[in-house]
Formats: sequence, C-alpha cells, structure tokens
Amino acid sequence: MNAVDIQGVSLRYGKMTALRQLDLHLEEGEVLGLFGHNGAGKTTTMKLILGLLTPSEGQLRVLGQAPNDADVRRRMGYLQENVMFYPQLTGRETLHHFARIKGAARQQADQLLEQVGLAHAADRRVKTYSKGMRQRLGLAQALLGEPRLLLLDEPTVGLDPIATQDLYLLIDQLRQQGTSVILCSHVLPGVEAHINRAAILAGGQLEAVGTLTSLRTGAGLPSRIRATGLKQREQVLQSFSSLNGNARPLGGDGIELTGSAATKMSLLRQLLDRDQPGDIDILQPSLEDLYRFYTERASRARAAEDKA
Amino acid sequence: MNQVWNIARKELSDGLRNRWLLAISVLFAVLAVGIAWLGAAASGQLGFTSIPATVASLASLATFLMPLIALLLAYDAIVGEDEGGTLMLLMTYPISRGQILLGKFVGHGLILALAVLIGFGCAAVAIGALVEDIELNLLVWAFGRFMLSSTLLGWAFLALAYLLSSLVSEKSSAAGLALGVWFLFVLVFDLVLLALLVFSEGKFNPELLPWLLLLNPTDIYRLINLGGFDGGNAIGVLSLAEDLPVHGAVLWAGLLGWAGAALLLAWAAFRRRAA
Repeated sequence: MNAVDIQGVSLRYGKMTALRQLDLHLEEGEVLGLFGHNGAGKTTTMKLILGLLTPSEGQLRVLGQAPNDADVRRRMGYLQENVMFYPQLTGRETLHHFARIKGAARQQADQLLEQVGLAHAADRRVKTYSKGMRQRLGLAQALLGEPRLLLLDEPTVGLDPIATQDLYLLIDQLRQQGTSVILCSHVLPGVEAHINRAAILAGGQLEAVGTLTSLRTGAGLPSRIRATGLKQREQVLQSFSSLNGNARPLGGDGIELTGSAATKMSLLRQLLDRDQPGDIDILQPSLEDLYRFYTERASRARAAEDKA
Repeated sequence: MNQVWNIARKELSDGLRNRWLLAISVLFAVLAVGIAWLGAAASGQLGFTSIPATVASLASLATFLMPLIALLLAYDAIVGEDEGGTLMLLMTYPISRGQILLGKFVGHGLILALAVLIGFGCAAVAIGALVEDIELNLLVWAFGRFMLSSTLLGWAFLALAYLLSSLVSEKSSAAGLALGVWFLFVLVFDLVLLALLVFSEGKFNPELLPWLLLLNPTDIYRLINLGGFDGGNAIGVLSLAEDLPVHGAVLWAGLLGWAGAALLLAWAAFRRRAA
C-alpha cells in the first residue's frame, strides 16, 4: 500500500488553476522532498493530502483511504510553517492538549519534549519561546501518536545547524521504522543525503520527480572535477583542450574539468593517466542547481506558451 | 463527545488562568450587592427595598453587561485560532469543525454560567442572610429566574460571537463587529421599534408590534425578568409587551431558540470557512 497516491489531481479556484494534473506517489518508508518557488503549489499539495482541500478532479488516497478520514488523521503528522500555538500555555500543556485530541498518551508527549530538546523549557509559556523553539514544539506535535505519514512544511526554518542536523537524523530514523515523510521547502541546503526522491513543482505543475541521479541525468547538467597539486599542469591543460575537453586553470597548480554526467568517469581516468594530482574534488550538480534548471525550464516553456 | 470536552476543558482552564472567571464573578457580586443596598438611594432611601425592585435593576444592568461580556469572551474564538495557526493544525487532527465549535461553546458557556452562579449567587445568599423578614421563596424564585435567564442571554451572545468570528479573516474586524452587534441589539433595536411605532401613526398593525420584541434576545430577557411581579415595572418599549398574549414558556423558548439558532448559523459559517 502506498502512503500517498495522487492521480491526475487538479485544483481550481474559479478561473485560477492552483494545481494542474498532478501525479505523485509516495511509498511506505520513503522520504520525498517537495520543492518549488512561492506559489508553485507546494502548500496546496500538502493541504490536499491533509484533506483540508478537495480536488476539482482526480483521485487522491492517503494511507489507502480518503484523506479526511478520522482514522487517517490519527496516523498522520503535520508540521506547519510558523505556528504560534497558544501563547498563554506552557510547552508541556500545549503538547498535552494536542495529545488528548489525537488520542496519544501523556507520557509520549513528555518523551517527545525531551527528544526535540525542549525539556528544559517545557514548563515555560510558549510566548517566551524563540522561533526555533516553537518549531521544535511543532515537530513534537507532529510526532504524537504513531504517524505513518509525516508532512513537514519548512521544517528547518529557525533551527540552528546542529538542530537541523538532528532533524535530518530523526527523519532517517523514522524512515527506517517505515514512516513516509514529505519534506516541503524552498531548497534546503544539506537535505540531499536524506531524501529518496525529489519532486520539483513550478506554476502548479510537477516539473520533475525522481531520485537525484535520475534528475541529474534528465537535466544533463555538467559535473566539475577539480584537481590540485598537479606537477605538469600546462601539458595537462593543453592535452585536454586538444581533446575538446572543457578545461581551465585553477589556482597555482590546479585544474577544473567540466563534463556531462556520462563523460565524468572517462575525464577522470584521462586525468589520472596524465598526472598524479595531490587532491581531487568531484562537484556534482547540487539540488540547488537542479532546482534552478527545472524551474527556469518551466518558466521558459510558459513564456513560449504565452507567445503562441 | 470526548473531543468536545477536550476543547472545552482548554477554554475553561484558559478562563481560570487569565482570571476572566474571577473578574466576572467579582464584578457580578459587587454590582448585585451594591444595587440591592444602594439601588434606592436615588429616591432618598438607603438599604434594601424589595426583591422585585432589586431584580428589576439588576436585570436592566445585566442587559447591557451580559452581551458585552459574552462577546468579549468569544469574539476571537475562531479567527484568533486561525491567526495563531492552530486552527489549521486542529483541522488536521481527528476532530471535526462541529466538535471544535461545540467544545468552545461548552467551555465558554461554563465560564459564564459559573460566573453568574458565583457572582449573583453570593449576592442572593447575602440578601437572604442579612435582610430581616425576607420572603425566602420569592428570593429563590426571582434570583433563580434571573440567574438562569442571564446565563441563557450570555449563551445567545456567545453563539453570535462565534458566528461573526467565523465570518471574518482578521481579529480586529471581529472585535469591531462584536461591538456593532452589541450596539444593535442593546441600544438601536428598541429605538427603531419605537420610531416605527411613532412614525407609522397607527397604520402599523399594533398586534404585530409586541411580537417583534421576540426578535431581540435582550428584549426577551427583560420581559422574562420584569414580568411576573405585581404592579407593572415595564417602561419604554417593554410596555408594548403588556398586550403580548404569550406565556412565560414562550419567552424562555425564544431565548433558548436564539442561542440554538445562532450556534447553528455559526456552525454553517464555520463549515464554509476556507482551511
């Protein structure tokens, strides 16, 4: 059973189309990154999965059922952007309140406060909390019960680097327990290693979805090889330019080679044949590069469509 | 039902924590005791006069206060949660909008009922204990009726507050509308009714006019509390009701109907509100 099945879902408000023909599936224990600019349809997609919006057309199943089913809601966790919570309640009271509504145990609420690192502030009022602390409280709230599906909207906003790392580790751990996660964001630095697949939305349409490797292949963006500590840099540079390779000097004794994902390995072999570099860095197109590529391609396509 | 109580107990504990309950109870007790002993000062008397006069003065005051307190307590119930982001969060929980609304109504309703019971109840006990030769039966009957109808009036305005809180998208507009609702029912309605009476020069069916009082919960409330004593206390627009051939039960049903109908309207508005 898939955690989320979205088939041909569109959502229209009057004449405006917020989401067009979306097909998206999420397996059990899979982490999907959902990326897009403001107004791309990320939050709309989340709200559809949460059952807060009803699609104008198409099929939508969450954990095998209709999304607004009470049973589904008990097995789903949601961290929303910028929740203020109830300023007059303490963190512990807030979490107990939500635990009662979700049917989770009080002990679990207390454990979660510890787990997200709020134990020291649990009995302080939420109005004294910083943005990052409210974010942690939101995360604890999303983990109440035994969620099989987690929807995290901008989860790292306001978190310091260590807390961000902790969050990613927690997501890895949940994935191993079979929980499916959707991470929704503008591009998150450092998230690549923690997601199975990425989906890129632009203008209400799904532009690309797949593993990072398949997205890289699809984009055909060049990889860069940086080698330093070369003994005969000039000869190496010359041989690559005669090979029609894209080479340029880097620093005092370094070189940067640019090639597609397919030619990356052969470039590397040729480099090692010609010299013994002291150090090599391989820079793959990052998630940011891929994101930029796909969103720009989408806006070019739309501009062409408008002209026609 | 359990979910309703989960919301209600939060509202109730909020009411205890921010001292709303305490403040309203003390206000009611002070007003009631003050009116009981000092109410006749204007006519040159000091001390307790009579139960009907006391309850009539209290009811006139509560007509203004009760709606104001109820509206203040509840005007941000929906829109406030929306602004804080918790409304959307709650909607992803296994709880329906009806349960959220009903939970808030039960919580706020209990706060009002407790404040009336504590505040006015203390005053009734003080009168019973301190005034000699008091007719205890009449005291219990008049104060019981006054306290119950005051609670119902408060509930009707709680429900009206939820209605406007569900309709607006900003807390400040809800506050403004709440003030407007108070103004309309407590002050404007009677003036319009009187104007209608005067300017129609008798063309308006005079038998219909008293029934129009049922369109205003505060008028129903006054009718309940000012009637039933010997000697007409009715003044102004309420004297119309002396021709009203209705039984007390109709008035009670009217007040209850107001609370119920406003709550249903609030529910309908809340259901249509975008998540």
